[in-house]
Amino acid sequence: MSQLPKPDTDALRTKYPDVFDRPASARLAMPAMILAVFAIFVFGLVDLGFSPAKLVSGLSQLGWITVMMIPPDPGSSLPAYLAALGETLSIALLGTTLAAVAALPVSLLAARNIIPSNLLRFPVRRFLDSVRGVDTLIWALVWINVVGLGPFAGVLAIALSDFGAFGKLFSEAIEAADRKQVEGIRASGGNALHEIRFGLMPQVLPVIAGQVLYFIESNTRSATIIGIVGAGGIGLQLAEQIRVLEWQKVSFLILMILVAVAAIDWISGKLRFAIIGQRAIA
Amino acid sequence: MANAISILPDQQLAVLNDTYRKAVARKRLKVTLAAVAFFAALIIAAIGAEVNLRTLFSYFGNFISYFDRILTLEDGTRVWTNFGEWFWGWQKWLKMLGETILISYVGTLTGAVIAFVLNFFAAQNTSPAPWLRFVVRRLLEFARTVPGIVFALIFVIAFGLGPMAGVLAIAVHSAGALGKLFSEIVENADMKPVEGVRSTGASWLSCMRFAVLPQVTAGYASYALLRFEINVREASVMGFVGAGGIGQELVVAIRKFYYSDVSAILVTIIVTVFVIDITTGWLRGKLFGKEARA
Repeated sequence: MSQLPKPDTDALRTKYPDVFDRPASARLAMPAMILAVFAIFVFGLVDLGFSPAKLVSGLSQLGWITVMMIPPDPGSSLPAYLAALGETLSIALLGTTLAAVAALPVSLLAARNIIPSNLLRFPVRRFLDSVRGVDTLIWALVWINVVGLGPFAGVLAIALSDFGAFGKLFSEAIEAADRKQVEGIRASGGNALHEIRFGLMPQVLPVIAGQVLYFIESNTRSATIIGIVGAGGIGLQLAEQIRVLEWQKVSFLILMILVAVAAIDWISGKLRFAIIGQRAIA
Repeated sequence: MANAISILPDQQLAVLNDTYRKAVARKRLKVTLAAVAFFAALIIAAIGAEVNLRTLFSYFGNFISYFDRILTLEDGTRVWTNFGEWFWGWQKWLKMLGETILISYVGTLTGAVIAFVLNFFAAQNTSPAPWLRFVVRRLLEFARTVPGIVFALIFVIAFGLGPMAGVLAIAVHSAGALGKLFSEIVENADMKPVEGVRSTGASWLSCMRFAVLPQVTAGYASYALLRFEINVREASVMGFVGAGGIGQELVVAIRKFYYSDVSAILVTIIVTVFVIDITTGWLRGKLFGKEARA
């Protein structure tokens, strides 16, 4: 074994004082933070009424439910479930399309390179934020009050909550667009609309198409649950079967949702590559 | 300084023009076909979703008037003229809101811990055995794809009404979502430190602790904060199925047509979501610098 030279601690200490003598505040920051995180966690457990007894009995109950779920079985209502699934897909497709169509003009108003004035942009952005800040389920409840129970309320709920998300995403895409094409159009005498139509849109549309496809996919997930509050689709069936404790049907419905989401994932992935090419997936 | 543009003889030009026209025509045909397919899908969807344009137009007035109504107090004045009356239940709502935030906090933390334990098994470069990786990945996928509110519905039956079901639902769903993201971070980690640690004869656990963990903690914390943000929104609707939080108040207000309460609770939720978005964004920037966001 070779002999390593002994470190000269004193010399090192004078050379790098902040490594050896970190101030107490820096040394305590990490443990203090961990302690705070843990303390809030424990407070939360107590405040939310967690108790080991409840947890154990709940888990055994859950175990029973799982056992009852096997094997998944639609009973005699398979056609109804397939119809509900079709309804869900329709809701997702229509809602996303409506949202994209409505969000495109608004997103122009929220983009810095179109509307340079902060004063005009600010309210548009905050409006989009507020629409987005409200969960889809809440919008579904509101729309049910307006148009009544059923899938139409679901379409409108998805359309509205995606409108907020699209507005933000589209305006970001527009802001990222290259300025040069627009300048070229202006140099050849085009007006503001020409600039947007021929300078901006060709750059932005592929990005937007990719995002819309991605949202159709993620909206299939949202559309599966808005039925829980009565806005149509497979969630309605799911909530009903859970309420009447038909566990085999519940597990079948959950399986259906999983398969549908996977299928949509796959299809929209393919389409996205076809539209925007492999690289622009981000 | 007039530059003459040379024009090809007609014969050559005709060939080029023809090819150009054909290329454009092919592209246009493709776009048209795609558009037709898309519209067909839309029409089928519209029939499937029982959409009726006439209902939309006749109901659109309802939508506007709904907002008109939720912004009107019982005595007929606008809500913002009398804040005391509008937010009459603010003490109760703030308490429920606190519960909502606490639900998402405890749920996110529990989910993050589960994801933390599982993600090393799910990542390609650190998983000790392929079958274990497969099982863990499928498990995480399941937890991620089933919506949180469906878990909440089932947990409400197993654990009884109350915030506990909400916390567990958020925990399961977050574990699935975070487990995937965490394992992607691990897959991007540099493997040289792992080889270094392993060469000293350390076990798998030590490799993870001393070689992988120091590289990935910042990314983990950043994603967990992002998830917390999303979960606050999710927890705000957990009350719809009886799993605690402010959603309970909101669903009662909407169903019982307490119009001004609906707007007051909505405003409370939106403001809270804003505040949490801004706070976590600030915290993330402070802890990990701007680039850790990606």
